[in-house]
Amino acid sequence: MASVTPALLAEIREKRYARARGASPHVALASLSLRIAPGEIVALVGPSGCGKTTFLNIVAGLDREFDGQVRLAAREDGDPARIGYVFQEPRLLPWRTVYENIALVLPPQRADPLIAELLKAVGLADARDLYPAQLSVGMSRRVAIARAFAIEPDLLLMDEPFVSLDHDTVEQLRELLLKLWHARPTTVLFVTHDLREALVLADRLVLLSASPAHVVGHVPVNLGRNHRPSSSEIELLRDEVLRQHRELIGGAPAMGPLEPPAIASPTAGER
Amino acid sequence: MSVPSDAPRVSSWLVGSSLAQRIASVALFIVVWQVTADALHSRLLPSATAVLIALVHMCADGSLPLNLGITLARVVAAFVVAMVVGTAIGIVMGRSRTLDVLFDSWLVLLLNLPALVIIVLAYVWFGLTEAAAIGAVAVNKIPAVAVTLREGARALERNYADMAQSFRIGRWRTLRHVIMPQLYPYIFAAARSGLALVWKIVLIVELLGMSNGVGFEIQLYFQQFDVTRILAYTIAFVAVIQLIEWAIFQPLERRAARWRP
Repeated sequence: MASVTPALLAEIREKRYARARGASPHVALASLSLRIAPGEIVALVGPSGCGKTTFLNIVAGLDREFDGQVRLAAREDGDPARIGYVFQEPRLLPWRTVYENIALVLPPQRADPLIAELLKAVGLADARDLYPAQLSVGMSRRVAIARAFAIEPDLLLMDEPFVSLDHDTVEQLRELLLKLWHARPTTVLFVTHDLREALVLADRLVLLSASPAHVVGHVPVNLGRNHRPSSSEIELLRDEVLRQHRELIGGAPAMGPLEPPAIASPTAGER
Repeated sequence: MSVPSDAPRVSSWLVGSSLAQRIASVALFIVVWQVTADALHSRLLPSATAVLIALVHMCADGSLPLNLGITLARVVAAFVVAMVVGTAIGIVMGRSRTLDVLFDSWLVLLLNLPALVIIVLAYVWFGLTEAAAIGAVAVNKIPAVAVTLREGARALERNYADMAQSFRIGRWRTLRHVIMPQLYPYIFAAARSGLALVWKIVLIVELLGMSNGVGFEIQLYFQQFDVTRILAYTIAFVAVIQLIEWAIFQPLERRAARWRP
């Protein structure tokens, strides 16, 4: 295990946001270390507003103003690791069709067959030429997931992939994610404030404290990826995790502190 | 001109007016003109029919199409230069606080500089050349384009930029697919008002320092007090500019907005 180069190694000593003049800066992350093995699916679980999105943005290279380091294993051909990012809102370009949105992230010569295949896989073959405004929330998310898988990412980042979807859609999306993952195995890091969500998908949960976030526990999930966990199994595991970590994650988003105030820097506004 | 099937949308800028109403409005204008001219019976206000006859004559002898063509070429050249340079300046100033602070006063100065001053200075410094003429017109328009595009650049959605960056789609694709579509409404606004301003200033530039073009012709007829031909040129030019709006701007704008639900 020690000889395996981790797919991701992140050591954040501190990440702070400047506030309005006079106020002390908001510390979003403090001493947050994370190591993810290749092919592992890891869920970052923590209360709302604890800095999970901030952490993902740092890993994705979107936020470089932090104290610490992030290392991603390079590809076999020596290129830097490719990152597929499924944002909390789908972030499809509204002025481009579904097809064009995916083609945008691909080299032109490879786009056509690959997109057709992916759209079929996510059940949106017929939506190819629709604009995002014509899609439902669930459909938009599936396009965003297809886009992230299209680049054959070495690391797939997902920010609350199931939030604000109904139970059936979440179930479908989970099946879809696992199907895509089996066809194109990759390392996955996703964040959620919902323990159930984390348990249905992840190999390992990483529990985060309230802001400033740091790791307070690791929970291996041994449900097996081909096994469709029943809700009773999930509940059982959830109760167990809650028993051990009640004081820290609470399991309920309401227990977390409020979102960082709007006066924080623009990057802080979008979690 | 031929009427496209979606005529109601074409005329949408005239709040809710149908094509028939528009034609009626133009017809009314001509009737009022004709009646007034007949009543006054002065050579300083020729009738609509007299202007029409002059228009036909000048088309037949080739002078009007030639001068119109020359002026139009200058309009297009100055317009393109102003849009490209103004857009570039606007985007840069909208994205960089430092440059914005540094050059904002320049922009204000340029905005308030009278067109005539710019034209005269251009002729004095660079001679009565085609480049000076077109440059002077462009400089008149550049600050307004820059200010409009600066607003657009400031309003760029950061979320899309983050998406483009995390997927590493490259600068060119980011510009073309992510940034420009967000700027199109601002570009169209600048282009609309730009065309209207540019063609008016081109006439002054021609009047002051060129020996051909509509502005030069109008000066000639002004010296002869030939109002009929001045009006003939005016009508021809207004019609051409309106045609550009209908045939180029509006289809382009509809195309750029086709994704909107």
